Amino acid sequence: MNAEQNAEQKINTIQAINWALDDALAKHSNVILFGEEVADPEGGGVLKATQGLSSKYGANRVRSTPISEMGFVGAAVGAAIAGMRPVAEIMLMNFVAVCMDQITNHAAKLRFMSGGQTHVPLVLRTMTGTGFQQGGQHSDFLEAWFCHTPGIKVVMPSNPADAYGLMLGAIEDDDPVLYVEHLASYWNPGAAPKRGQAIALGKARIARPGKDVTLIGYSRSMLDIPVVAETLAKDGIDCEIIDLRTVSPLDMETILNSVKKTRRAVVVHEAVRSFGVGAEVSARIHEALFRELKAPVQRVASKDSPVPFAKQLEAAFIYSHADIEQAVRHTMA
Amino acid sequence: MELIPPADILLDIYRRMTAIKANDERIIATMKAGRLTMPYYSARGQECIPAAVSVLLTKEDYLVTIYRGIHDMIAKGVPTKLIWAELAGRSTGTCKGKGGPMHVTHPESGCMVTTGVVGAGLPIGCGLALAAQVRGEKRVTVTNFGDGASNIGAFHESLNLASVWKLPVIFMCQNNRYAEHTSYAKGTSIESIAERAKSYSMPGVRVDGNDPVALYHVARAAIERARAGQGPTLIEAMTFRFNGHLLGDMGDYIPKAEYQAALAADPYPRYRQWLVQEKHAAPVALDAIDAEVNEELEAAVKFAFDSPLTDPVEITRDIYAAASA
Repeated sequence: MNAEQNAEQKINTIQAINWALDDALAKHSNVILFGEEVADPEGGGVLKATQGLSSKYGANRVRSTPISEMGFVGAAVGAAIAGMRPVAEIMLMNFVAVCMDQITNHAAKLRFMSGGQTHVPLVLRTMTGTGFQQGGQHSDFLEAWFCHTPGIKVVMPSNPADAYGLMLGAIEDDDPVLYVEHLASYWNPGAAPKRGQAIALGKARIARPGKDVTLIGYSRSMLDIPVVAETLAKDGIDCEIIDLRTVSPLDMETILNSVKKTRRAVVVHEAVRSFGVGAEVSARIHEALFRELKAPVQRVASKDSPVPFAKQLEAAFIYSHADIEQAVRHTMA
Repeated sequence: MELIPPADILLDIYRRMTAIKANDERIIATMKAGRLTMPYYSARGQECIPAAVSVLLTKEDYLVTIYRGIHDMIAKGVPTKLIWAELAGRSTGTCKGKGGPMHVTHPESGCMVTTGVVGAGLPIGCGLALAAQVRGEKRVTVTNFGDGASNIGAFHESLNLASVWKLPVIFMCQNNRYAEHTSYAKGTSIESIAERAKSYSMPGVRVDGNDPVALYHVARAAIERARAGQGPTLIEAMTFRFNGHLLGDMGDYIPKAEYQAALAADPYPRYRQWLVQEKHAAPVALDAIDAEVNEELEAAVKFAFDSPLTDPVEITRDIYAAASA
């Protein structure tokens, strides 16, 4: 799509999302985009991820909405049933709480409840994460709520290339997809994706091959896990790293193949620890490989508390590199 | 006096009302006989509303309704045999027995969503209308709800969004005076729900929901306005439900005098009588319609109970698209 694109080009996740939405709008006439402030007159998105798109594709297809998540997420559900492929933006993940009915009672269930007569090919973009002292209602990772709801898929990219390919994959997927972006790493540069190439949902990626222990992460934890793996490598601990990318449905094949080899696993996420994705991954590994494991699967996550405001409290809330390292060493003991 | 619609329209309305009433009575009888097990929200008493509105719609027009919505489905043209098979949990049902009375869906008839959550159909109706607007189509969306739904946030967000985007949607409030067991006055801060339209800069019309002719004209104006791209309308059709909120509900919260007065004003015999008295139809023509409706009903019930029960393997299907299941 972009002839001038070169192999060493670096872009950040905001640009990656912008490219993906631009390419999807160009390729599919039924893609429409809406959310608070997404159109150019309102700024082209709070972080400019949708900048230029309303000017390029028109106000009919790219619309800023009132601050009315229940209204416009429901409208996205209706438009999807009618054959459109809406991408609706919920500015921050905590705001899903005001439109959960449309997501979990409708988007996720209408295919099943209609006996397959209707489906909801909808993408809900949202972002979250600690690091900006935004306190208890602007920072939560709530993916487990949606993973616990059959019928919806959950995608959580960790780098610009995946963000691009997974966004195209999510838009082209026939199921409703919650697409969660990580706030603090938006501006991190990464390898540019190949334009036009979607990544199919449901496939994890081996980010680093290794033989001693499998570290499983997604979204923000994929910034931290490789750093710890390098530290451990100096001590001769060879970590294999899996980036889930699609958190639900889980790519158990990739996970189990890796753990069969390493016989040890640690799951790391920014969401709070209890009843989370880590618990599910851990349970499934134990169910499948209990007798082959050399140590119980470890979970590294944030504390079971609301996200606090003060800088030192926020730092104490989220796991540290030392926590990951300790968990790995525990499995090696 | 408003212009009376042509006789074929009047008879079409009668046919739809008759089908709604006959199916409702048979569903209740079949439940009492223990052959159907389900929560049932009867719309007996409200049949004029969908009958008069649906004669103005085509299969391409979208419909959204609620748990009390089988009357809306029948009026819009969902084959009754598919509805009966759905209620009976059969593989031939609209939704293979996976939706049930609160989620009957039939896109071929334009019946896109039936929701069991009060108010939730309004935003979805906005989205169906948005799709039509983006594609430049003339089709309209009618989204039905009760008086209780006008007090939930989704109602207000939807009217606002439909107004600012000029969506081709008709908000059809079937005001049956009770939100579950709570009377209109105890739960609603305004004399008339139609007045709430003013806050959203759209026409709001209160109409006698038991008068098919009055309804026909009000609905026609709203549908024409939506088709012309002039935006949404809120219609409040005043009616009453004869069988309480949920079948089995004893109706203790309804004053006896109010209930008796409503029964005495039953819109179904009243409309039939009016058609005959005003010479719009001969009794024999109406009898013929009744017979046709009953024949179809018998066939529908037989079709349903002759169909195989849905296999439990269906629990694993239609959760995700087949390719990724």
